[in-house]
Amino acid sequence: MSQALPQREPPDRPWAAMAMEWVRENLFSSWVNIALTLLAVAFVVVVVPPIVDWGIISAVWSGETREACLGPDKGACWPYIGARWGQIIYGFYDDPQRWRVDIVYIVGAVGIAWLMIPRLPGKFWVGVAMYVGFPILVYVLLSGGMFGLSIVPSSKWGGLLLTLLISLTGIIFSMPIGILLALGRRSELPIIRWLSIGFIEFVRGVPLIMILFMASNLMPLFLPSGWNPDKLLRALVAITLFSSAYMAEVVRGGLAAIPKGQTEAAAALGLGYWRTMGLITMPQALKISLPSIVSSCISLFKDTSLISIMGFFDLLQVIKSGNSDPVWSTPNTAFTGYLFAALVYFAFCFGMSRYSAYLERTVGGGKVGTGKA
Amino acid sequence: MSEIVTPLAAEAPWAIEMDRVNKWYGRFHVLKDASLKVAKGERIVICGPSGSGKSTLIRCINHLEEHQSGRIMVEGHQLTRNLRAIDDVRREVGMVFQQFNLFPHLTVLENCTLAQIWVRKRSKAEAEKTALELLERVRIVEQAYKYPGQLSGGQQQRVAIARALAMDPKIMLFDEPTSALDPEMIGEVLEVMIELADEGMTMLVVTHEMGFARKVADRVIFMDYGRIVEEAPPEQFFENPQHERTKQFLSQILQGH
Repeated sequence: MSQALPQREPPDRPWAAMAMEWVRENLFSSWVNIALTLLAVAFVVVVVPPIVDWGIISAVWSGETREACLGPDKGACWPYIGARWGQIIYGFYDDPQRWRVDIVYIVGAVGIAWLMIPRLPGKFWVGVAMYVGFPILVYVLLSGGMFGLSIVPSSKWGGLLLTLLISLTGIIFSMPIGILLALGRRSELPIIRWLSIGFIEFVRGVPLIMILFMASNLMPLFLPSGWNPDKLLRALVAITLFSSAYMAEVVRGGLAAIPKGQTEAAAALGLGYWRTMGLITMPQALKISLPSIVSSCISLFKDTSLISIMGFFDLLQVIKSGNSDPVWSTPNTAFTGYLFAALVYFAFCFGMSRYSAYLERTVGGGKVGTGKA
Repeated sequence: MSEIVTPLAAEAPWAIEMDRVNKWYGRFHVLKDASLKVAKGERIVICGPSGSGKSTLIRCINHLEEHQSGRIMVEGHQLTRNLRAIDDVRREVGMVFQQFNLFPHLTVLENCTLAQIWVRKRSKAEAEKTALELLERVRIVEQAYKYPGQLSGGQQQRVAIARALAMDPKIMLFDEPTSALDPEMIGEVLEVMIELADEGMTMLVVTHEMGFARKVADRVIFMDYGRIVEEAPPEQFFENPQHERTKQFLSQILQGH
């Protein structure tokens, strides 16, 4: 960054002196700073060792039943997670059919990784495959009833599978719907604008848990008798619509940040509304709103745990129900289960957050919005 | 609209015909009975104090602004609300803006090929060839693979000119092309514009660069309070202005030079 500037310090200065200077400038520069530093150190000293001790040092790593984890000085009961592993990953999916879930996991992981790693070619076709083909593959494989696959009702899907399924569906479908809603809200056609505003404001004005409750208990009352869509489908639709209202507002914010000159220049070149939107405005708006879009995705990912009120066993609910299993009942079982759930949620959310930070740095040649320069 | 409109673009006698064009922003009357005929290949400089409607006038020509009464014909196409008519006109007219308005998420080259590919339906290779030739012409071809944010203002404006030219316009509109530039960069942009004028492009330029007007313009137009107050060839316009407002304006603007 400052290559052009003459270096302030000679390069051969001992690192210890530089470290001392860093410490002095950053940790002890003022009385407030000193107080904060000491407080932070005290906090770390008080909190970290017990957690490390409980979770790793005193933790039990092997065993077949609760007996292994019982004892006054025992920490986390990790064998319990191992014993529950199948349920955590697959829910109550029929045991001999779990290979179908494995295929979904593998195809999903490879596809997403392919899209995320910039060097790999063929992004467009992989993207199309993931957007269009993958949902179909997931549906066929998981539901069965076709190609000689036995039917596995959606009530048996659970654990991480269900959590990922719902959040991915939500993310994949709420993006385009959110974009359309954002465009609708900015439309010059009053009917479209009012409908968009009405939808967005209604959805944002009620709690997700209420929408899920309505989708689960109230909707069947309004639908014509005999037409009873799958409960999971209702949950997916509810979560997607909920999330798309938030996406819409995020995207609208990005659109509002694009200077008017951009659309004027596009118009002067003869590009119509949709091309201007697709080639000029939307790419810039999406880049600007990327951090907020990822925030929405993270919220959505965590909100999937609310579908337990519809009677589903998502990751959190599977662990929660496992915690009361008498075979593994110890004072540490529940803590272990929740800690594990927290780690899984954290891993996914932190991953999304890091990836978004990476995209912000690299996409589209760095900074957007400097057209005015 | 009882007049008989020339049906074929090729037979249109004028590049641009504006006949008693009026425009309001709300209750504010920005253009008052503006009438103007521009011959093919003619170079026109429009000047006037800020708020006089000069930018609005040229922005009406490619329908970035909509006029509310009067008639505008561009290369034989009449501008109406009809989207097809607007597209037809925009195909013939290129525009360069005060703030450049390059697309910051695209490289210089992509800025120049995008509309060729999507509007003119050229192949990518063909579009790139045209773009590189034009970038060469505005002397910036070595920056083709950079992003606009990495260029200086003068360079960006030259790219903007190349981008507009890539569409093979018959008319070029310049809306204060040098007003946002640092003084040392004005020259390089004007130079490109002068070359363009020498090649016979029909040009309408809103600018305060009176040196450019003297050198290039066939006619200078002075606007004030939404009216075209005076129009004359540059020698007459600068040496012997007829209207009081024109004299006042010229004395103000030439003082600074």
